[in-house]
Amino acid sequence: MGAQLFNQLLLPILYILCIAVPVIIAVAMFVYWERKVIGWMHVRMGPNKIGPLGLLQAFADVAKLLFKEVILPTSANKFLYYLAPLLALVPAFAAWAVIPFGDKLVLANVNAGLLYLLAMTSLGVYGIILAGWASNSRYALLGAMRSAAQVISYELAMGLCLVCVLVLAGSLNLTDIVHAQAGGKGFFSWFWLPLLPVFVIYFISGVAETNRAPFDVAEGESEIVAGFHVEYSGSAFAIFFLAEYANMILVSFLASVLFLGGWLSPLQGWIHADAPGWINWIWTGGFIWLFIKAFVFAFMFLWFRASFPRYRYDQIMRLGWKVFIPIAIVWVLVAGCMKYYGVVSIGTGG
Amino acid sequence: MSRVIHYFKSLLLIELFQGMVLTMRYMFKPKYTMRYPMEHIPKSNRFRGLHALRRYANGEERCIACKLCEAVCPALAITIDSAPRPSDGQRRTTRYDIDLFKCIYCGFCEESCPVDSIVETSIHEYHFEHRGENVVTKAKLLAIGDRFEQDIAAARAQDAAYR
Repeated sequence: MGAQLFNQLLLPILYILCIAVPVIIAVAMFVYWERKVIGWMHVRMGPNKIGPLGLLQAFADVAKLLFKEVILPTSANKFLYYLAPLLALVPAFAAWAVIPFGDKLVLANVNAGLLYLLAMTSLGVYGIILAGWASNSRYALLGAMRSAAQVISYELAMGLCLVCVLVLAGSLNLTDIVHAQAGGKGFFSWFWLPLLPVFVIYFISGVAETNRAPFDVAEGESEIVAGFHVEYSGSAFAIFFLAEYANMILVSFLASVLFLGGWLSPLQGWIHADAPGWINWIWTGGFIWLFIKAFVFAFMFLWFRASFPRYRYDQIMRLGWKVFIPIAIVWVLVAGCMKYYGVVSIGTGG
Repeated sequence: MSRVIHYFKSLLLIELFQGMVLTMRYMFKPKYTMRYPMEHIPKSNRFRGLHALRRYANGEERCIACKLCEAVCPALAITIDSAPRPSDGQRRTTRYDIDLFKCIYCGFCEESCPVDSIVETSIHEYHFEHRGENVVTKAKLLAIGDRFEQDIAAARAQDAAYR
């Protein structure tokens, strides 16, 4: 009985904590890194007072937010108002369950992993809509509408990009998708090369989906103050913040897993397994590579934010519906042809 | 034709990449930030900060209560009362108040003073903790002058050739 309880209840909870806690810490460090990078690109220094090099800035901000009052707006729907942040947060964390950090390093090696991811990332929009509606504020409602429309539009393009990956890999399982990118041609074996346009579309859709600059009309400081979370304060706001950043990191990891070969080394097949232990481990692949790739993508989020002005709303819709979706559809066909005629060699790992 | 070129340019995100290269270049530039309490921007010797009243080397106050500064002050920040000094009957100020809330730090008082008595020092970091402290009295102005006489004299000497 004790062993069963441990294996079926406590061990999974332990595993979940092993992912959730690092994600939360990563979010804190990512916020710090964002402020640093954007500061540098603005030719200023960014936070540098709290802790060495300002490293504790994010933790100070979290502590401040947690000690603040959560103000309930007049005639807001209390239940939905408090439910919304959780609805935004839960999918952002639940999606991490299927991310493969290594060959066997995955919490839930489900066969329909890609489908699960699509479902989870789409669920996040309910939190946003409910937050906008429940806080009984025009700004919040407008922000929620914009955000919802945008997320749903880009969900389509994103889904089509995933279909391309699916066609090439022949599996919905994320571990199998990474294995399908194994091969003897180093980083040219990965899916980014045959799916280059789709890769770009996927990442841009991911930026739009997480409501980040230049697609952050949902926040639109100059028109609608802060969008859907304008009425939230204290820890409720902190949860929205956490969800947004966890989503950004998630999109970075996904882009690395789907298009850049996950934990595979960029030199796979070029360096052979006769090197001594740890060198072999690093150069043939390990989660360190996944983290490096995800870090590059996460940096791109910040780079975009520092570089580009905000899109106008109709431009966002035009880009999503009239550019991304047609290209993605065409590339589904191209990917099918590539697979059918054997242009792309698919790894044998899975 | 130009529309076609524009179409492909925007489709291939060329201008966006150019913009990103630009921000990346800025990321590695030296930063303009001055970490203020630890670092200071060099100050001119003509900097006009907090006021002071100076003395001669023998300890006699310079001010002769001519009231030129009071007259020239565009913000009406200076208030002077004068009377013969009881000890030797010399004309001296009995009251010399500067309201720092009114003062615009134009430096006209300094310019108008025939004996270089009222000066503006280079002190720019000062604060008040109680209501009314914004009016600096004669005693305080003289104290500031006594304390920073070396700096004041050095700044005046540096500027003397140009006056």
